[in-house]
Amino acid sequence: MQYLNILLSEIYKIGFILIPILVSVALIVWLDRRVWGAVQKRRGPNVVGPFGLLQTAADALKYILKEIIIPASSNKIIFILAPVVTMTLALVAWAVIPFSDNFVIADINVGILYLFAVSSLGVYGIIMGGWASNSKYPFLGAIRSAAQMVSYEVSIGIIIINVLLCVGSLNLSDIVNAQKDLWFVVPLFPMFVIFFISALAETNRPPFDLPEAEAELVAGYQTEYSGMMYAMFWLGEYANILLMCSMGAILFLGGWLSPIDLFPFNIIPAPIWMILKILFLFFLFALVKAIVPRYRYDQLMRLGWKIFLPLSLAYVVLTASFLFYFDKLPVRGM
Amino acid sequence: MLAHAFFFYFFSFITVAASLMVITFKNTVHSVFFLILTFITTGCLFIMIGAEFLGMILLIVYVGAVAVLFLFVVMMLNVAERQDDKKTQSKSTHIPSGLIVSLVILLEILVVIGGWQYKSDFIKTGALIIDSDITNTHLLGNVLYTQYIHLFQVAGVILLLAMIGAIVLTFRKREGVKRQSYINQISRHRENSISLEEVKFKSGVKIDD
Repeated sequence: MQYLNILLSEIYKIGFILIPILVSVALIVWLDRRVWGAVQKRRGPNVVGPFGLLQTAADALKYILKEIIIPASSNKIIFILAPVVTMTLALVAWAVIPFSDNFVIADINVGILYLFAVSSLGVYGIIMGGWASNSKYPFLGAIRSAAQMVSYEVSIGIIIINVLLCVGSLNLSDIVNAQKDLWFVVPLFPMFVIFFISALAETNRPPFDLPEAEAELVAGYQTEYSGMMYAMFWLGEYANILLMCSMGAILFLGGWLSPIDLFPFNIIPAPIWMILKILFLFFLFALVKAIVPRYRYDQLMRLGWKIFLPLSLAYVVLTASFLFYFDKLPVRGM
Repeated sequence: MLAHAFFFYFFSFITVAASLMVITFKNTVHSVFFLILTFITTGCLFIMIGAEFLGMILLIVYVGAVAVLFLFVVMMLNVAERQDDKKTQSKSTHIPSGLIVSLVILLEILVVIGGWQYKSDFIKTGALIIDSDITNTHLLGNVLYTQYIHLFQVAGVILLLAMIGAIVLTFRKREGVKRQSYINQISRHRENSISLEEVKFKSGVKIDD
């Protein structure tokens, strides 16, 4: 009986986080298109519902009603599994994201490693989709994407080490609480910039959307997908983008903490601050999509391996020596 | 405790079944996917015994990086293999070498476990005191960077050597490849790139390159 109680309360908690995330993914797609439109002096989607807010719901309805076509020569099981994997991995990572001191499903010790692991698994959805389609363009897109995501994970990992040096714990709540006095975006500003750019590459956003570069690869790994399966890829991608934004908010922008601990700011509840920071980062993502042209593939690889990796490694040395010299290394659990 | 046992048997059953699938499946890509499943459930087993750092590292390193490259290679090979398959019905000739390798691995495991039996107080040495207040990660760090720092460094150097070896073995300088040089592109000036020529009638202009 007590197992059942635990199970039910966990399911309640999961639902409480998951449903708002699914709704916000739909809204974020709308926001993305609106920002994109505004930069190009268009209106963007503004017809369905107030301000066009229900546009994504209408799109989703269209996708549900469309026929799912599975190519005859594809590997059917893996073909169907690929969007499922993408979507699941994008949602499963939210278990460790803290929205306030105690508003988190699983406050585990190795939270940041869990996030990193799940985001590095995200590449499987794309490889599986690309290979199982058994067609040239998806396969090329999948290979590009795998190389791209693996390369940029390396620099993200080293950037995380920078933050961990300042915190001394892998727990996400500890990381946020360590920023009470000073957000890490100030001392680690170069790392924040590199993290942001690597997050763009990791989530296959423009200017790094080479896996689905429509001018060369039709739609990359999504070419053979249709109907709801395509929509799942699409939603999973946006859930991943939101995840990367919240990772940036936690690592550099102080998570749920208010910018200054003064009257009008500290009465705003913590989750609202977290959401505002995620939205701010997403706004930057959307702006970048609108104003930056696509990278060439060799430029992308050069940026990842020859610039970001040495730079972030050098910054690890710098941070470590600074903390060591001024005797500021966090001592915990000794 | 019941739930714990249930989860343990659940994960270990999947691990064993998936690793059997790895060697029985005909399609190599499917084999790799089952290998990934084995890695993931092994990670879950690590987390169940409280070694959450090792479990996560297993996921990040093996599933996130090694298996991706594996899958990469196998997918590439598969395309070539499929065309090959129709021509020759190849019989498996890898059994003897496989047997030798697995025998060596079995011996190594026996030696490790034997050593453990021989020096059974090893687990109780000072650095390995299990304290529930200290997280797994801190414990590992305390041991790795103090008592075993030299071995740890040597392991790092071996990995570096392996990396350099792989690069040296596969690196080849191709002739006649025109590469883009950012420095040359940026440092071009009008004076040394544009010139005004008097073109003589019926003889033309000789242009470099």
